[in-house]
Amino acid sequence: MSNIRVLVGTRKGAFVLTSDGKRENWQVDGPHFAGWEVYHVKGSPADPNRLYASQSSSWSGQVIQRSSDGGKTWETVDNKFVYDGVPGTHQWYDGTPHPWEFKRVWHLEPSLTDPDTVYAGIEDAALFRSTDGAKSWQELSGLRGHGSGPRWQPGAGGMCLHTIILDPSDPARIFIAISAAGAFRTDDGGTTWQPINRGLHSLYIPEPTAEVGHCVHRIAMHRSRPEVLFMQKHWDVMRSDNAGDLWTEVSGNLPTDFGFVIDVHAHEPETVYVVPIKSDGEHYPPEGKLRVYRSRTGGNEWEPLTKGLPQRDCYVNVLRDAMAVDSLDSCGVYFGTTGGQVYLSPDAGDNWAPIVRDLPAVLSVEVQTLQ
Amino acid sequence: MITVVLPAHLRTLARISGEVKLDVKGPVTQRSILDALEAAYPPLRGTIRDHVTQQRRPFVRFFACQEDLSHESPDAPLPAAVASGTEPFLIVGAIAGGSLNLAA
Repeated sequence: MSNIRVLVGTRKGAFVLTSDGKRENWQVDGPHFAGWEVYHVKGSPADPNRLYASQSSSWSGQVIQRSSDGGKTWETVDNKFVYDGVPGTHQWYDGTPHPWEFKRVWHLEPSLTDPDTVYAGIEDAALFRSTDGAKSWQELSGLRGHGSGPRWQPGAGGMCLHTIILDPSDPARIFIAISAAGAFRTDDGGTTWQPINRGLHSLYIPEPTAEVGHCVHRIAMHRSRPEVLFMQKHWDVMRSDNAGDLWTEVSGNLPTDFGFVIDVHAHEPETVYVVPIKSDGEHYPPEGKLRVYRSRTGGNEWEPLTKGLPQRDCYVNVLRDAMAVDSLDSCGVYFGTTGGQVYLSPDAGDNWAPIVRDLPAVLSVEVQTLQ
Repeated sequence: MITVVLPAHLRTLARISGEVKLDVKGPVTQRSILDALEAAYPPLRGTIRDHVTQQRRPFVRFFACQEDLSHESPDAPLPAAVASGTEPFLIVGAIAGGSLNLAA
């Protein structure tokens, strides 16, 4: 029988939750790196016991941790993220030029095939890669060198590169997303990049259909259809059927199309999940009801999923890296909240229950299905 | 030997229990102490001072002999009591600080 390992990053450490394939009884291990913010923990698809964790604090900066035994033990690896060449400037909140400054690693994306290769999305936005198990990092500077960099600007959480998607059918193709610059794609392994924001419409920027400047919150893909992408933008849920060349809105009947997370069912590429959040000023669910919305039609038609989720007086948020799915026959869907709960639906969203409910605020959730 | 006291979270990170004893070559300054400290405990690199600029991180302070030395030159000689090992060099996390991020 398969086992499940859930990797949870929180404001005050990391937790590893494990269960057998029934997903009924869970062991909670942690906190690892107690007291530190852990923005992301993720395992290598090529070696599930190889984990990478981003540990940071405003006092002591960035630390990268690596495990080779599934999170039982950890070792610090290289935390030196130095921009390639002269970093230059991006736009500050008030529109003035602001120097690029490293702040933290938001997202770690291990290679699909090599446990020693891992990508890091950082704030201020840039993409780094390590090919030696995070013992050293090099910037893929063609992204910031695209030419639009001086027009990128920070979102409310900072100017972060938070989404990295590796195309399983084409090792040279990578998608990334930045708040607030938008989505970008490389087709040559990271040497050159193009913005893929056509079709996005953002009323909060001077030119709503600009090439860059959109606050993309998260992008998701089903590995069987890498040309189909789903996006939760600041406002608007979007879909692309051509690898980001053009986006169309699929918010449909959602009660609000603001939100952070978006993910796709493990076995049904047209089944998509979002958690609508009331607004960018009020980061909690509408009406105090925590509802996951599921579309079985690739967007536009959405149904609320509420069984087992609080339907009154709930004012948590679900942050952009805090939803994931397992790949068991009955797809499990997981998400974490800023209230410290990690919820699981073992039946693709029909029924929910908390795995654990009193962690520090959850920043990220990743799931490993272990054979 | 120089004595260095670290905040608890950095002791945990570097797997240190208690005070650190360092053999510092040459003049005893903030820079020479931190060079020796980072050489002995590589996980501390980048956590006390910036990798590139070598400047003290904003929410880290240095104290010794009941003085705040945070704003002294990193190359200024430290008090003789630190150099002789009778007083520790204290690396302290400021009480103020923390993240204002709203949307991780």
